[in-house]
Amino acid sequence: MLHQLEGSHAIARALALCRPGVVCAYPISPQTHILEGLEELIRSGKLQNCEYLNVESEMGALSVAIGGEAAGVRSYTATSSQGLLYMIEAVYNASGLELPIVMTLGNRALGSPINIWNDHSDAMSVRDSGWIMFFAETNQEAADLHILAFGIAEKVRCPVIVNVDGFILTHAYDRVDIPSQEEVDEFLPPYAPSVSMDVDSPIAIGTMVPPEYFMEVRHLAHRKHEDSLAMIECAGHAFEEKFGRISGGLLRGYNLRNADTIVVAMGSVAGTIKDAVDELNQEGGKFGELSLVCYRPFPEEALRNSLKNAKRVIVVEKSLAVGIGGILSREIELAMKGCDVEVISVIAGLGGRNITKTMLKECFGRKNHEKTTFLGLRNDIIGDQYRRISNDDC
Amino acid sequence: MFQVRIHGRGGQGVVTAAEMLSIAAFSEGKYAQAFPSFGSERMGAPVVAFCRISDREIRLREPIMEPNAVIVQDRTVIDSANAFQGVVEKGFILVNSSHGMANDLKNVTLKCIGATEIALEHIGRPIPNAVLLGSFAGLTGILKIESVIEAIKTKFSGAIGEKNIAAARVAYDRTLGGA
Repeated sequence: MLHQLEGSHAIARALALCRPGVVCAYPISPQTHILEGLEELIRSGKLQNCEYLNVESEMGALSVAIGGEAAGVRSYTATSSQGLLYMIEAVYNASGLELPIVMTLGNRALGSPINIWNDHSDAMSVRDSGWIMFFAETNQEAADLHILAFGIAEKVRCPVIVNVDGFILTHAYDRVDIPSQEEVDEFLPPYAPSVSMDVDSPIAIGTMVPPEYFMEVRHLAHRKHEDSLAMIECAGHAFEEKFGRISGGLLRGYNLRNADTIVVAMGSVAGTIKDAVDELNQEGGKFGELSLVCYRPFPEEALRNSLKNAKRVIVVEKSLAVGIGGILSREIELAMKGCDVEVISVIAGLGGRNITKTMLKECFGRKNHEKTTFLGLRNDIIGDQYRRISNDDC
Repeated sequence: MFQVRIHGRGGQGVVTAAEMLSIAAFSEGKYAQAFPSFGSERMGAPVVAFCRISDREIRLREPIMEPNAVIVQDRTVIDSANAFQGVVEKGFILVNSSHGMANDLKNVTLKCIGATEIALEHIGRPIPNAVLLGSFAGLTGILKIESVIEAIKTKFSGAIGEKNIAAARVAYDRTLGGA
């Protein structure tokens, strides 16, 4: 049924339809409204057989979810930014222990300097942690990805992060189709773990693994991720068949046929990019857009197939690896090795800097790009500082 | 696409006003997107919120720089927030003020209404957001007053809801009546 909802509440409603048994999180902007929404659904009895636990920190929150999953209960948590950094040890434990937790990350910049606004720095800080990572383009997809995430996590035995752009999506009111409980029950079977903690039949999990076995554990984790690519694509098709709309999958192309330049992005900025692409094409350009929905595992082959006929790939990325540059653009460059495609990195929207259609059109239309372009960089501000850095003695 | 920018101060329901506008548009079968200018939602601080209304899916996610309508909930932010910036030709400006205001803008309709006074009279609190939405419906004709009332009900329940609705109706009638 169609509703006009805040993104966070749409996510909370979709989550409740997935019937989690444990919800545990520590509030941090911009994720807080999701928890408030869930808490209200539990308190009012709309989500039953679910325990909502208050804890002292993000580290505690994910640890509770780990305990819940280890005991065989579908478990959920959410965080943002510094909260994710604070739970980092548990993040690696959850994937290492193969516990299919689902976590929403309301994407936000990392301090210092402290900044509550949106970018993808927090997500990028856990890109190698072994979690499956999805990025939502709209609030509809944000809601849908959660319904997909539990099924995928439990089949692969791997935790999933659903990335939702902080404020831009979490705090935006949009039209969202929330499916019925019956539909979700048909799509997502009850959680039936093959192994779980049971006092009557004790097992140990999380024991130390010596050098004779550790490499194999890591190798198998990598193999599992690679193997899950086909399954994630399949789950996207199954979702479309069941709910009649496209959400999830590996990636999604827009206007790719005959495009000389394809703009790649993750998350909500794809919408503004599509509007920019339409206008550039009306003015005689040949532009397309590609949304990367599944970031981990990295769909290298699917990306190469979608991008190989382009002359130029512009990667609009909301994060920066200081000392090297764009992260996603470098990964795409590697994926395109051997293809005659120029890959350009455009760092945009850091710390909530606005990304406008006008800025994007001007950037995409340029003939030459620097190695790393910072979209909308204020040269008046950096000028003095830059001189100060340059004048320092060696 | 019809774009609305709402200016005011934290505590006046600026963000809620944008959300209610989007709910009203949704109830008429339109697509709508409402969002705040994030981060400064403290009591008394200048706040901006936005709402886009369209017959088609809205993909654009940038702040509204060329609004078809501006609603000002607190006239003391007009200069510092540059509240009238970018208003398009044939656009609308609705200001919460019981005193008039000179209109220096060409081809823009400017309307002042004492929304705080109406709110105090009908609701008993100086919260002008729902009142201004009633006036907005009358001024622009973009949304039906019934849709605005339905949207108010989703945010204010019970007696407070009824009082806000009554106040919005007064503002709507007064705006249509030209008073």
